[in-house]
Amino acid sequence: MTTKYETVIGLEVHVQLNTESKIFCGCSTEFGKEPNENTCPVCLGLPGTLPVLNKKVVDYAIMAGLALNCDIAEYSKFDRKNYFYPDLPKAYQISQFDLPVAENGEIEIETEAGIFNIGVTRVHLEEDAGKLIHEGSIDKSKGSLVDYNRTGVPLIEIVSEPDMRTPAQAKAYLTELKMIMEYLDISDCNMEEGSLRCDANVSLRPVGQEEFGIKAELKNMNSFSAVEKGLEYEVKRQQGLLDEGKKVVQETRTWDESLNKTISMRGKEEAHDYRYFPEPDLVPLEIDAAWKEEMRKEIPELPREKYKRFIFELGLPEYDAGVLTGDKDLSVFFEEVLSDYDDPKNLSNWMMGEFLRLLNENSHSPFESGVSPINLAKMLKMIDQDIISGKIAKEVFEKMYNSGKDPETIVEEEGLKQISDQDELDNIVDAIIEDNPEAVEDVENGKERAIGFLVGQVMKETRGKANPGLVNQMLRDKLMN
Amino acid sequence: MNIYDLTIHELKEKIAAGELTPAEIKKAYADRINEVEDRVKSYVTVTDELAEQDLAEYENKKEALLAGIPIAVKDNMSTDGIKTSCGSKMLENYNPPYNATVVEKLNAAGAVIMGKTNMDEFAMGSSTENSAFFDTHNPWNLNHAPGGSSGGSAAAVAAGECAAALGSDTGGSIRQPASYCGVVGLKPTYGMVSRYGLVAFASSLDQIGPITKDVEDSAILMNVIAGHDPKDSTSIAGQKEDYTKYLKEDVSGMKIGIPEEYFNLEFDEEVKASVLAAVEKLKEAGAEVETVHMTDASYALAAYYVIAPAEASSNLARYDGVRYGLRSEQAADVSEMFTNTRHEGFGDEVKRRIMIGTYALSSGYYDAYYLKAQKVRTLIKDDFDRIFNDFDLIITPTAPSTAIELGSKSDPLEMYHTDIFTVPINIAGVPAMSVPCGFDSSEMPIGLQLIGPHFGEGKIIQAAYTLEKLLNINEKRAEL
Repeated sequence: MTTKYETVIGLEVHVQLNTESKIFCGCSTEFGKEPNENTCPVCLGLPGTLPVLNKKVVDYAIMAGLALNCDIAEYSKFDRKNYFYPDLPKAYQISQFDLPVAENGEIEIETEAGIFNIGVTRVHLEEDAGKLIHEGSIDKSKGSLVDYNRTGVPLIEIVSEPDMRTPAQAKAYLTELKMIMEYLDISDCNMEEGSLRCDANVSLRPVGQEEFGIKAELKNMNSFSAVEKGLEYEVKRQQGLLDEGKKVVQETRTWDESLNKTISMRGKEEAHDYRYFPEPDLVPLEIDAAWKEEMRKEIPELPREKYKRFIFELGLPEYDAGVLTGDKDLSVFFEEVLSDYDDPKNLSNWMMGEFLRLLNENSHSPFESGVSPINLAKMLKMIDQDIISGKIAKEVFEKMYNSGKDPETIVEEEGLKQISDQDELDNIVDAIIEDNPEAVEDVENGKERAIGFLVGQVMKETRGKANPGLVNQMLRDKLMN
Repeated sequence: MNIYDLTIHELKEKIAAGELTPAEIKKAYADRINEVEDRVKSYVTVTDELAEQDLAEYENKKEALLAGIPIAVKDNMSTDGIKTSCGSKMLENYNPPYNATVVEKLNAAGAVIMGKTNMDEFAMGSSTENSAFFDTHNPWNLNHAPGGSSGGSAAAVAAGECAAALGSDTGGSIRQPASYCGVVGLKPTYGMVSRYGLVAFASSLDQIGPITKDVEDSAILMNVIAGHDPKDSTSIAGQKEDYTKYLKEDVSGMKIGIPEEYFNLEFDEEVKASVLAAVEKLKEAGAEVETVHMTDASYALAAYYVIAPAEASSNLARYDGVRYGLRSEQAADVSEMFTNTRHEGFGDEVKRRIMIGTYALSSGYYDAYYLKAQKVRTLIKDDFDRIFNDFDLIITPTAPSTAIELGSKSDPLEMYHTDIFTVPINIAGVPAMSVPCGFDSSEMPIGLQLIGPHFGEGKIIQAAYTLEKLLNINEKRAEL
């Protein structure tokens, strides 16, 4: 009989905070500058320099902690994590060891299998390291160059409890974290640029066993799909070992995207002893209730709350609510339109349909198109007021998207206004009746569907501008009485 | 008296009276350096060009506290564009691109910077014999050590190679050389003087302070260098004092504790007698002197030799050959480059302390060493606080002996023991000053240590100033 195993996954996520300046000096954090342009004696770790904590960084960490439902430490401190590497100019990283800014949180995630609560062990602050650069490939390069622009860029590390049981849950958790950070506007959360990084601890244990199995630490998963694929591979690999009666080795493994597999980096024996000790150059961090409350006020409605409100208060389908809240700007756009327009479902249809289609085609984010929330609200009202037909509206919308003009101007310029004047339509309707005797006969014989055909003919004749409801009524009046 | 023998306040008076110009003063000190430096060897770098530049600025800074006064700076304080070697081969070619805050303050005060003084490598040592470059000689007897680690600064002041100097003190490195060289050395309260730009040895213990020819100069120099610095998070916020207001001959009613446990230690009888005689003078002048009981100083020494190396092992990890300083040419890969650079760049004592510190912080040993030492530190601090509830000052000898002979102590533990009276003060973070209180039978100076509570620099200065007047020995200079 083969043993059934349960997967246990915990994630360590590094989030680069988008403050203007670095965590311990005044240097800019701007991405993409010339190598070593954003440096000074402090972030270069020159002898004698000292760190000074950037308050904004703590503000952001408190916000993150609160958003993840953590307890915020009244007393927190920094520690040195010691190791040698050329990209680490002081040969230690200022981090937090036993007294992080925030602890004991949890967030709700949703997968196809249901809703789960994932525990957040801690949120701690630390400084980022620099980057090694090689000419060509690392093997062929004559030497290593080092760029310290990233050194001292503020990071928070968010450590989860080992609460995830499937790679899908891990992906959902990471996605939820990313959305929360985006809603807080404290990080760019770009995995490709490295402003969001994820390591995973994975182990398997026989179903029913409480004790954890031996874990592998997984690194170098540089996209959301890499996280899911890497974890799926690792689960299969460990399952295979256990099925063969072999043991999983405690080690650090790296995900190789090109080979689609994980590769051993270093074993337990080679693990670092970081010799943590309290950073003597910084004073302990005391966060009083007033500071905490000030930060709480900065926290907007978070994606999960918004998602639920869209469903339960606005009556949107779960799918729509998920898409609209999955991107912060999209949800902001949606709500800005709603402040001038009161049919959320109709708005959602437009955003999910035409708007997203055009955004995707043009690789635009919501506020990059020519459609402003106020103009979209105007256009939707024009449909509701029978000023334009739904069909014409699509044409108008695309013109708005490309030109940035408001819908009234477009309708005016292009003569797209709906014809709702009965006198104006009378001759056209009569002509259609005359030209389509067979359909007319069908209608007179009670075949309702034939009315649709006749309406269509009128619409064609008016290039879509006729008010279809009015035409329908007119045909009925003329033919069925 | 020679110009180079004058104190800061005497020089200021003569400038004010038009009897001397800053150019004459600078020349007198530069000539003195030329005359004695090959015997004393106080300086790693004589910055004559910088001194000339500073002098040229004099007209703009006339009113400043140190306008035209020749000052020396220990070679572990960053000077923009000027070698800051820390007495190490590792930094022999290192020119910082910025000034330490204290150097900025000296500049603002119009000081004329004469040079960078020799020291034990990375301030680790008590005789300046751990300098990677050369020994400094005690001006009172060239066969003796000047003490350390600020031996170059103390010797330069005692030899008249500068009017005053800055030193740094992690476990006695200002006070002990001041004692050996017969000058005044003050270690301020931790956080009183900015550490920004001071190359770190043990961050929670390091403190910059003045080494001067008398107590008044110490107060003047403190007025220049003390005060909050936004670049140093551990520097104390708040209004700084005018220390010269404590230059009063008055100890009446001042309560002074004499810790029995310190005086019961085995140390030089002449030192003990001299210190106790000075205490007697203070008593005659109206101080209330009482014996007090304190924790055995050897616990402080034990805690110090865990905490200081632990912090040092981390602070000195950055010297890896990647960015500045020495880089070994003998390396096949980056890991070898690190190892060989550090092997070639550091001296024995530095390596010893890095290894001790690394060990003490290692997983599995942290609780037994580092954490235990921190607990001892808290107890020692509490012990001082307890005494200072009832006493204004504590007096001990500065060092267990007068200046040791060069080359006489090869056992590191024996050398560590010369810091027994000074180390507890850094552990507690309180201020203390070494003032000359006499000479032994070989005519070597003896130092007395005045310890005050946190922010008690004023009381220390007042008692030291009084003692200096009572003893009337401070006009005596080393003959070279």
